[in-house]
Amino acid sequence: MTQPSRGGEYDVAVIGGGLVGSALAWGLARAGQTVAMLDEGDIAVRPSRGNFALVWVQGKGLGMPEYAGWTKKSSDDWSGFADLLREQTGLDVAYRRPGGFMPMLSEEDLQARANTMMRLHNQPDMIRYPYEVMDRETLRKELPFIGPDVVGGTYCPLDGHCNSLRLLRTLHKGIGLLGVDYRPNHRVERIEHRDGGFRMTTAGGEVRAGKIVLAAGHDSARLAPMVGLSAPVRPQRGHVIVTEKTAPFLHHPTVYVRQTDEGGVMIGDSFEEVGFDTTLQPGISSAIAERAIRFFPLLGKLNVVRSWAALRVLTPDGFPIYEESKTAPGAFVATCHSGVTLAANHALTLAPLIAAGGLGDNFTPFSARRFHVPQAA
Amino acid sequence: MFRRLPEIETALNAAGHTVSFTIDGRPASARAGDSVTAALLANGVTACRTTPVSGAARGPYCMMGVCFDCLVTIDGTGNRQGCQVRVAPGMAVETQNGKREVER
Repeated sequence: MTQPSRGGEYDVAVIGGGLVGSALAWGLARAGQTVAMLDEGDIAVRPSRGNFALVWVQGKGLGMPEYAGWTKKSSDDWSGFADLLREQTGLDVAYRRPGGFMPMLSEEDLQARANTMMRLHNQPDMIRYPYEVMDRETLRKELPFIGPDVVGGTYCPLDGHCNSLRLLRTLHKGIGLLGVDYRPNHRVERIEHRDGGFRMTTAGGEVRAGKIVLAAGHDSARLAPMVGLSAPVRPQRGHVIVTEKTAPFLHHPTVYVRQTDEGGVMIGDSFEEVGFDTTLQPGISSAIAERAIRFFPLLGKLNVVRSWAALRVLTPDGFPIYEESKTAPGAFVATCHSGVTLAANHALTLAPLIAAGGLGDNFTPFSARRFHVPQAA
Repeated sequence: MFRRLPEIETALNAAGHTVSFTIDGRPASARAGDSVTAALLANGVTACRTTPVSGAARGPYCMMGVCFDCLVTIDGTGNRQGCQVRVAPGMAVETQNGKREVER
């Protein structure tokens, strides 16, 4: 174990204990840093407990090819990441990469999807990856249960999924084994940058660290200006329905429907701009259920056991923000809406860079300066 | 393990209100009005399923629709709550091994 740096009690304090914070804390501790992870309590707005668990590549990055490359890298590293977690904790996060489908219900939608994929891959500096646009008959060979309304879809062999609740639990177990000081009920009220370090006033007392990483999801919008950063994120609600556990029949994840490792079928992919409201709207639940049954009519026989809504952490362009403060060096922000997909990157690539002291030029495109938000002092 | 109260057994036999059904294909009988779960217990079937993840045996617990431990396959449909369905003549009740199948 290394000694805490001169700035305070810890080399680094990670603010936020969801998937982004946990993956970073895990990677930082693995890189030899002394780490505190400051978290809120059980009532935190925590998308890590409500997400859809895809490790998804296809279609991401139109408008920012660097994001497509970053996503593909995480997907490529995910299997090794899952192995490391299993060796360390004995827990299996059930990562599978059978390739994923985006089925379509009209020729118009299928054509639009094919155009999007083409435009994505025609971007300069785009990292190319294999994908296919499939007609109904080709799709049916892979997904025999599709309903009569499905006209085709896109497929990408890089897409996969995992058990994301178990991922959160596994990361928390892992950081415990690595000696990270996990501090729940430590909502950060104030951050002061002084003497080359950071002092946090929290609900659980004062914490000091040489570096800090803001990984607080929605709360990063409030925290970032305290250290000269900006994280203009907004909540976007999504509904999820899960059915009773069923013998495995759906062997590939899709954007809308996937079968979990334990057998439940998850149905999702709704988008609502309603602020911090996680109330379920029955109209939305029934709309996504109806759409899922059009894709796979046999789902109509299954009983629903739970449904919920969670709040995506979205930047104005939907791409992540990774940045170090210019005015308070040593303060970093990391925010994205794909905490599952990008977990491997956060743990294995981003955390070691932060441990070593800086992000480097590769991360310039992910700076929040792209939103032209005036930097706070 | 479970036995009907003697006076009910006597009344049942006198009135002849019995229902014939099957448990895993074996002929069985119950009292008209029994829930499927009560009928299973009266026939000595105390473990009606195994769990979907660990495969542990489970039997009826609450008998009132809350615990979901009495799940069985009834006439080909899996994960039915046996305590919420009345046994009917000719009904095919099957104990359930792990997860239900999506197509039944």
